[in-house]
Amino acid sequence: MADDAPAPSLSPARRAWLRFKRNRLGYWSLVVFCALVLVSLGAELVSNDRPLVVRYEGQTYFPMLHDYPETTFGGDFATPADYLDPYVRQRITTGGNWALYTINPYGANTLNYFAKAPNPSAPSRDNWLGTDDRGRDLLAQLIYGFRVSVLFGLALTAVGVVLGIVAGAVQGFFGGKTDLAFQRFIEIWGSMPELYLLIIFSAIFAPSIALLLILLSLFGWMGLSDYVRAEFLRNRQLDYVKAARALGVPNGRIMWRHILPNSMVPVVTFLPFRMSAAILALTSLDFLGLGVPPGTPSLGELLSQGKNNIDAWWISIFTFMVLVVTLLLLTFMGDALRDALDPRKADV
Amino acid sequence: MTPEPPLLQVRDLRVAFGAKEVVHGVGFEIRAGEKFALVGESGSGKTVTALSLLRLAGEAEITGQALLDGRDLLQLRERDLRAVRGSSVAMIFQEPMTALNPLMSVGKQVAEVLMLKQALSKAQSAQAAIELLDATGIPEPARRAASLPHQLSGGQRQRAMIAMALASRPKLLLADEPTTALDVSLRGQILDLLADLQRQNGMAVLLITHDLLMVRRFAGRVAVMEQGRLVEQGDTARVFEAPEHAYTRRLIASTPRRDVVEGEAAADAPPAARAQGLRVGYPVALPGVRGWFGKGEFVAVKGADFRIPAGRTLGVVGESGSGKSTLAQALLGLLPSSGALEVVGQHWRQPAPRNGAHNQGLRRQVQVVFQDPFSSLSPRMTVQEIVGEGLEVHAPELPEAERRTRVLAMLAEVGLAEAQFPGLLARYPHEFSGGQRQRIAVARALILQPRLLVLDEPTSALDVTIQQQVLSLLQRLQRERGLAYLLITHDVAVVRAMAHEVIVMKDGEVVERGGVRQVLDAPRHPYTQRLVEAARPVDQR
Repeated sequence: MADDAPAPSLSPARRAWLRFKRNRLGYWSLVVFCALVLVSLGAELVSNDRPLVVRYEGQTYFPMLHDYPETTFGGDFATPADYLDPYVRQRITTGGNWALYTINPYGANTLNYFAKAPNPSAPSRDNWLGTDDRGRDLLAQLIYGFRVSVLFGLALTAVGVVLGIVAGAVQGFFGGKTDLAFQRFIEIWGSMPELYLLIIFSAIFAPSIALLLILLSLFGWMGLSDYVRAEFLRNRQLDYVKAARALGVPNGRIMWRHILPNSMVPVVTFLPFRMSAAILALTSLDFLGLGVPPGTPSLGELLSQGKNNIDAWWISIFTFMVLVVTLLLLTFMGDALRDALDPRKADV
Repeated sequence: MTPEPPLLQVRDLRVAFGAKEVVHGVGFEIRAGEKFALVGESGSGKTVTALSLLRLAGEAEITGQALLDGRDLLQLRERDLRAVRGSSVAMIFQEPMTALNPLMSVGKQVAEVLMLKQALSKAQSAQAAIELLDATGIPEPARRAASLPHQLSGGQRQRAMIAMALASRPKLLLADEPTTALDVSLRGQILDLLADLQRQNGMAVLLITHDLLMVRRFAGRVAVMEQGRLVEQGDTARVFEAPEHAYTRRLIASTPRRDVVEGEAAADAPPAARAQGLRVGYPVALPGVRGWFGKGEFVAVKGADFRIPAGRTLGVVGESGSGKSTLAQALLGLLPSSGALEVVGQHWRQPAPRNGAHNQGLRRQVQVVFQDPFSSLSPRMTVQEIVGEGLEVHAPELPEAERRTRVLAMLAEVGLAEAQFPGLLARYPHEFSGGQRQRIAVARALILQPRLLVLDEPTSALDVTIQQQVLSLLQRLQRERGLAYLLITHDVAVVRAMAHEVIVMKDGEVVERGGVRQVLDAPRHPYTQRLVEAARPVDQR
C-alpha cells in the first residue's frame, strides 16, 4: 500500500470500476452492448425505407424529415412517395440525380410491395436476413425490436430499482412496526397472480407499452427491496450511523448519505440480471400476444411468427440469436460486476 | 542424557498471498509439553504463521519446513494432513460463537470428535464428552452438554471449545487469541484453565496473542513478531527483563502513561454532565402469546447518579451487558431515558432521539468516539465529508471555503496534516491505519467544539504502541480545550491513565464509585477486585 501513496486516492466506486475493467469478458461485453444500444438508438439512420438525402433536379430533399408527394419526383400520384417503388427509385437515381439510402433500406413496418419473392422470403440480396410472413424486412424488425426491448428493460429496471430501494430503505431504517406492516403487505402483494392480472388488464385497456411498464413495475420491486432492507438493517446499527445520529444528522440524510451508498452492492450487482429478466419478460408476453400493441416491432412477436412458420427457419434462428447474444452480454456484465463488488477480492 | 528432539520445528517458513509475502522466513521450536507464545501486533503475521502450519491459511503459498515429530507438515498430502489436524494438533479460536456449530448441542460436538478420533462408541463418547466438559470447569456438565452454543455464556463457550480441542488428546494445541473476545475478568480464568490442562495432559501450547500481560502470565518461552519477521525469542522472564530488540523494548514500554490535569475541579463551575436517578429501558419482545399483545421492558440502566466536572474524566467500568454502553447512548441522546440527565446544565427533551431545535443544540455539546475505527467511519465518504458533516448540519450557512479551512485545522489538531497525506481531504478511510482512523473519528467529534466527549472503548481495537499515541492525543485535547470525558473501558491500565473518578457498573446498577486511586487500589466490590486482579502482572501478586 505504501508504494502507491502518491497516486490520487480512489473512491470505492472507482476501485470497483478498475476491478470490473480487469475482467476482460465483462468489460468487452459492456463495450459491445453499449455499441449495440447506440446503433439501435440511431436505428432510423441505419435502417429506413426513406433515403437520407435526395438530390433531384438541382434541389436537395430530406425525405426523413418531410413527406414529399410522389409528384415531386415526377410521379403520377399526390400520395407520399414510396422510395422502394422501382419507378421512383429510377427517377431519383438517374440523370444527374442521386439519393443516399440507409444501409438497410427498410423500416420496421415497411411492406415491400415490389418484392420479388413470396412472403416469408429467405435471406437474399434484397433482404439480408429474409422477411417475415407479412413481408417486413427481418433485419429492420430485429434492430427496432432490440431497441424496444432494451429501452423497456432499462425503464422497467430503473423503476423497479427506485421503488425497491425506497421500500427496502424505509423498512430497514425504521424497522419495528413499519417493517412488520410492510413485510405483510409484500407477502399479500407478492401472492397476487401477476400473469392473470396482465391478461385481465390487457382485455380491459388498450394494450400499450406504458400499461405494460406500469403493470410489471407494480410487481418487479419486491425481490430487490428485501436485499436493500437487509442491508439497511445491518448498516443502521453500525457505529458510523450512530456517530451521525449523535451529530444530529436528520434521518433522511442519514439514509441517503450514510447508509444508501453502503447498501448499493446488491442493487448494482443485480442490475444486469434484472435487465435481462425484464427483456425476457417482455419477450414472453409478446410471444403470448399479451405484450406490446400490434405493429410495434418486438422480438417476442417474431418468435411467435417463427413458431407459426416453422419452414421459415431464418425468422426463428436470427431472432433467437439476437436474444441469446443480448442476454449473454448482460449475464457476462453481471458476473464481472459481482466480482468487482465482492469485498473479499483484493485490489491487485 | 541427550536432549529430546523438539515436538515442532519450524524452519524458514515463508507465506505469501499472491505476490505479497507476509511472513518472511520464520523459524522456531516448540518442545513437548512447553508453553510457547507468539506475540505481535495486528498485521505482524502471527496468526497466518500458525494457520499455515496446518495449511489452513486459504490460498497462501507456503514454503519452508514445519517438522512435527520429524514429519514435514508442509509436504504432507491433504489426506494425511487431515489426520494430523485435530488429532496431533488441535486449535482453538478467538471467537467461540463462530467456531462452534450453532445447530448442534455442545455435548454432541465434543462427542463427534471423540467418535472420529478415538473410535469410541456413541454411548461412550457421550459420557466422555461430559467428563471433558467437566474438566474444563463448566458447571452442571451433564445438563450443559445438551445446550446449544447460544445458550451458553461467552466463557462457557470458550471452555466448550477447549473441551473439543482436548477430545483428540493433541500433542500441540494452537490457541489463537483465546481470550480476546471474553470479558476481562474471565480472561484470567481461561488462561489458568489452559495452564492446568496443559500440565495434566502434558501437551504443548502455542499461544498467539497481542496481550503482553497474558504472555507474561502464561508462557515459558516467547517469540516476538514484527511485520512477518521474528525479531526476538527466548525465555519469557529474560525477554521481559532484558529485551534485546528495539521493537520488543517499544512493545514492553508502551503502557499508558498518566498525563492529565490533577486536583479538584472548581466547585462552582457548572458540570459538563450530571445524572440523577437516570433510568434507561427499552422494549423487548415477550415470549409466547403475551408477545402478541404487548412488549416487555428491559431496564438496562437502573438509577445511575454521576457528575462530570468540566475538564475531567469519568471512567465507567463494567463487564459486557452491565449497561455502560446504554448509559453512554442515553447521554448522547440516542435513547430515551427518564430521571434527571443534564448536559452543560440543560436537560434532554424526551424522547431524546427526536431532533428538535433544543435537542439539536445539545448535540453540539456532546459527541462520541467509538471503539472500532473500521466501522465508525463510512467507507464511502471522504475525510472532508466525514469531518465536515457536523458543520453542514449545524452551520449550513458557512461558505464552502470556510468549512474546508475549519476541517483542515481540526485535522491538523489531531495530528493529520496535508503535508503528510497529500490530498488528505479527498481520501477515503481505507487509506488510513487504525490509529489514523481513530484520529479522524476524534476530529469528526470535535469539529462542533463540544464540551463533553463520550469515549466508548476508544483504544481497545488498537495495537498497544498506537494505543499510547491516541491516549496522549486525548489527554492533550482535554488539557487544551477543557473537555470533559465519559470514558467507557474494561482496560484497567487505560482507566488508570485517564480517569479522575470511576464508577463501576454491574447489571445496570452502579455498584462502586470514587476517585480513580481509591477504586483501583482498594476495590471493594468483588467484580472490581476481580477486574483489578486480572490486570495485575504476575510478579506483583
